[in-house]
Formats: sequence, C-alpha cells, structure tokens
Amino acid sequence: MDKIGIPRSLFYYYYGDIWKTFFDSLNIPYIVSPNTSKEIMDRGIRVSNDEMCLALKNYLGHVDYLKDKCQYILVPRICNYKVNNQSCTNFWAAYDIVNTLFDIDILNYNVDLEKGETLKKGLYKIGKKLGKNNMEIKKAYRKAIYEYDLKRKKNAQINLSKLNSKKTKILIVSHPYNTYDSTIGGDIIKYLIKENAEVIYSDKFDEKITSKLSEKLSKNLYFKYSKESIGSIIYAKDKIDGIIFISSFPCAPDSLVNELVMRKIKKPHLNLIIDNNSTFTGIETRLESFLDVLRGNIHA
Amino acid sequence: MHNISFPQMGDYYIPAEYLMSHALNAKIIKAPKITTKTIELGSKYSPEFVCTPFKYTLGTMIECLDKGADTLIQMGGGCRYGYYYELQEKILKDLNYEFNMINLVTEGKMRITRIHKMIKQINPKYNKIKALYYTFITLKMIKYMDKIDDYIRQNIGFEVNKGSFEKLKSEMLIKFSKVKSYHELKVLYRNYKKRFENIKVYKPDNRLKIGIIGELYTIMEPFSNYFLEKELASHNIEIKRFTNVDYLFLRKKRRMKKYLKNNKYIKYSCGADASDNVANTEYLCENGYDGIIHIKSSFCTPEIGAMPTINKVASAYDVPIIYFSFDMQSSETGIKTRLEAFYDMLEMRKKK
Repeated sequence: MDKIGIPRSLFYYYYGDIWKTFFDSLNIPYIVSPNTSKEIMDRGIRVSNDEMCLALKNYLGHVDYLKDKCQYILVPRICNYKVNNQSCTNFWAAYDIVNTLFDIDILNYNVDLEKGETLKKGLYKIGKKLGKNNMEIKKAYRKAIYEYDLKRKKNAQINLSKLNSKKTKILIVSHPYNTYDSTIGGDIIKYLIKENAEVIYSDKFDEKITSKLSEKLSKNLYFKYSKESIGSIIYAKDKIDGIIFISSFPCAPDSLVNELVMRKIKKPHLNLIIDNNSTFTGIETRLESFLDVLRGNIHA
Repeated sequence: MHNISFPQMGDYYIPAEYLMSHALNAKIIKAPKITTKTIELGSKYSPEFVCTPFKYTLGTMIECLDKGADTLIQMGGGCRYGYYYELQEKILKDLNYEFNMINLVTEGKMRITRIHKMIKQINPKYNKIKALYYTFITLKMIKYMDKIDDYIRQNIGFEVNKGSFEKLKSEMLIKFSKVKSYHELKVLYRNYKKRFENIKVYKPDNRLKIGIIGELYTIMEPFSNYFLEKELASHNIEIKRFTNVDYLFLRKKRRMKKYLKNNKYIKYSCGADASDNVANTEYLCENGYDGIIHIKSSFCTPEIGAMPTINKVASAYDVPIIYFSFDMQSSETGIKTRLEAFYDMLEMRKKK
C-alpha cells in the first residue's frame, strides 16, 4: 500500500509537479489516481451534493477512488495569494468537505498569504509529519520548485511558439483542471488537435504577465486563476483566430467573469459549459461549426 | 446633485437612506419593492448560472435607473458577491443607461480609504466628522432594529391580537428614520422596546422552536425566501435567526476566529457566511431547537461547500434539518408543501 494518495483533479493540475518531485526526492511512495473515467465521475456524483460544481464532484470521485488504496490523502486548502488574488471558495472548503464526507487521514496544508501561510511552510509541515528532517525537506523543496519553474518556462515557450503557427489558432480559456481532465475537457482538446487546429492554453503563459494584463478587461477582478486566464486573451488576441471558453457547471467565478469578457472582446468565441449530463456528440457539433466559421473567415 | 439609489434588502433601506441623506447631503431615490417583475427583469439580462441575488439586484437597479437614479451603490461579500458590480455595470451600460456605480465592499473587506475615495466622487465637499457621526448613529440604529427584530421573531407567532407586532414595528421604523441625534435614537429605542414587551403574547410550553440559517441575502430579503418567516410565524413557531447586518459588520469576525480554533467539525473558513452556519447549527443543536431550516439561493458556492458539514453536525445531535434552494422558478406551493411536511414531522417527534 502506498503512503500518499494524490487525486488527479483540481489542485493536482496546479501543484502536481511540485508534489511529485517533492515526494520523489524524499523517497516517499505515492499514488496518483488515474485519468478520470466514467466510473470515477459516477463515484464523485454519488458522494457529492447535487449543486456542487462538476470539477469538485470529479475531485471527490478521485478521493473516493483512492480512499482504501493509501494511508494518507493529500488535500491542501488554497485560500489566497495576497490581496486581490483569491481563489474559488470551493478551494477553501475542499479540505473540510473531504474531511466530512470521508473517514480517512488527510495530509493538509493551507496557502493563505494574507495570514502568512505559504506553500513552503505547508510542504515543511507535511515533510515533518512524514518523519523527515529539515535538511532533507529543504533539499526536496528546492528541487521541486526549481524543476517546476523550469517546466513552466518550457511550457510557456512552447505555448508562445504556437502563436506563430500557420494552422487555425484557438485559445482555450479555462481552468487547467477542466482543460486537462480527460472527461471534462479532454475530448474537446483531442477533437481540436485531430481537426488540425493549433491549441493554445490560457494557463501556460507566464502568469505574472497575464495576471497584470487582465486589468485591461476587468479592473477589479480578485480571483487569481480567472485573472490569469482572461489576461491571456489580451496577451494573445492579435495572433489567435478564435477563443473557446470551457467551464464546469456551475462554476462561480466563471459565471460572472466569462460573461463580462464575452461582452468586451471582439474575437469569435464559443462558450462551452460542461455538466455531468453533457454528451460529447452535442459538443462536437458545436466545435465543428465553430471551426468552420473560423476557417471560412481565414480563406475569405 | 446626484440621485443615489441602491438595491434594498429587508428593512435596511431605512438606515441606509438615513446615512446617505444625512452624511452626504445626497438625494435618494428609493428602490421600489421587489416584485415578480423585478426578478423577471433581472434574470432576462443575467448570465444563466449566476446566483439569484445577482438577478434580484440587477432587476432593482434597472427599475431604479428608470426612476431617474444616476448613481448606484452595490455592496459585496466574501464570495463572488464582491464581483457583481463590475458585470452589472457592464450589462447596464450595454443597455444604454448612463450612471456611476460604486462598490463598497470587495473580497468581504471594507477599506476606509477606498470608501473615502468613493464618497468623494459623490460629494467632494462632504464633512468627515459629520459623516462619522451619522455612521455611528446608523450602526446603532441597525443594532437596535436587529435587537427588536430578534424579539419579534421569538414572539410574533404567539401574539394575541393579530398584526400588533407589525403595526408597532412600522411605526417604529418611521420614527427611527426621523431621528436627529444619538440621544433621541436611544430614548426612542428604550421606549419602543417597552411597548414591544407589553404586547400580549400567549406562549405555550410545548411550542416548536426552529432556527433559520443560510446565505445572507436570501435570509435577509423576505421576498427572495418567499416570506418564510411569516409563514412559520403563522403556524405558531418560535424563530431564531443569526444573520443580520449588525452581526455581519461587527460581531462576525471575532466570533468565527474563536469558533474555528480547535473545532472538531470544521477547520477553515469556507468563504462568505458558510462556516458561520456550521457554528449556528451547533448552537441551535445545543440549545434545544426542534429543527433547522437552511435556505440559500441556488448555486451559492460557499454554502454548498459547507452543507456536508452542516449535515454532519445536525445528524450528530439528531436534529432534523431541511434545505431550501431558491431560484426564480421555485414555486411557492412546492415550498409550502415541503415546509408543512417538515413541521408536521417536528410536531410528531415532539409528542413522542
């Protein structure tokens, strides 16, 4: 039995790389839940409240999958990155929801920069709980952050180079836990690549630049992740052909932010809202006609 | 001269109007009472899966602008409520209205410097000391109103002469809106408190006691919860409610800091008032309440996050709890049926 379970959902797409290198260099065995399947999603839907957003239901499904396969499950709480950089309230409550619904041991840390709780502090706390000493944790933490930065830079470069591609360029504006999840956004991305479109991801740009640029669309936005994704629109708008918004139903920040952005931008865009009853056939039809519209524009 | 207007919530338009007209010397355009038309107007222009207070406030704003307002004031909370105004401003501008929008709270925090800047836009020559004094009176007025409301909630279901509480309350609110000094307000409050206490009530010992918890807007605006409190009172039930403006402004922070320390049910704040409701549930369970009603507008994310925990607390104490999620399409009859079944069940439990 592995020691730590990492649900492949929500936080994983932000911090997964850091966690994996961190635990690897501390020699702690861990298990990451597999890509979302119908079974995992159904598990999530069964345990969750019916009004929770699809991504959170999915997350709970992954936790449910892992609950008897490991000793601890890693559930952080992400609250804010200083003033005006709040995260969604589901991220605040994730720990308490998991703690209430499941009878398991949870490895937990809190990121709340307004109160001085940082990622570094959190990982040190976890390392100590697992019986490692300060030196080992320090080394592992540094390595994790270093490799994470490296990977992000590399991804950003790939993303930027895509902007000069000759294919139809589509910017996906969505949270990474929707974009890369195999049931929520996976099919959409696969379809676009199959149809020979260049897919550019809003979350792979340099977040410092994008979150500053977001002020041009919305001055008082205080959701950190939404800031980054809408900033990318301004960043890339001259080079892309179209924008696809993907949000999970009923995402709180997206319901307001995407609506505002769609009212302000003048690019062709498609708004896809995914819930647990969505079938890909319906989405495929919409994607197909969207691509037709874009390509018609190019050749005209 | 600006014509200020703001979405209303319960009876709180009286202190709000009082503050603005005295401290800012501005003309207030009173928002019309919320009706079905308001909510229809609001949801027509709202994004599809936004929470219901957005639709209510947007509808009210359109009605206010039609009445001639040119400055709108919006509040905000610790959830997406704080971001409402930017989208609402855009939606209303797209509808070709011309106005200024002012938002007092972002991220659940009020910053004095920010508010000062905002107020300067309305009235550059406002008197700071005078404004502070009237803010003080207003806060006290809210406190007194909330205290009286608490008393009314406990007793209105048992009044001997029907309507005596409501009649006295509307009389009190009119008097409150005309006070000139803090002293006058205090005297008025003491006077009315006595008169409320003298209203004849008949309270049987085996009466039902129900606590109402939930999302703040739905709780405080009676129209948005389909007059739930009135409905309960008409069935002779004693009501306890925690959320009011006085609590949100002054007591919430201290209470929650204390509560979240070493709590066995909840470790962190879940945003907005969600963790407060866990605390409220625990209080209600420990103090012998017969049942709990949890109300919220649909898609209220913080409350949804706290609902599993609330459920756990209630089942640990074996207290029945019912959840209502209100949208503009909720049917009043459906709500009444569920409510009736709920208190029938409570009564049966009580007799056992």
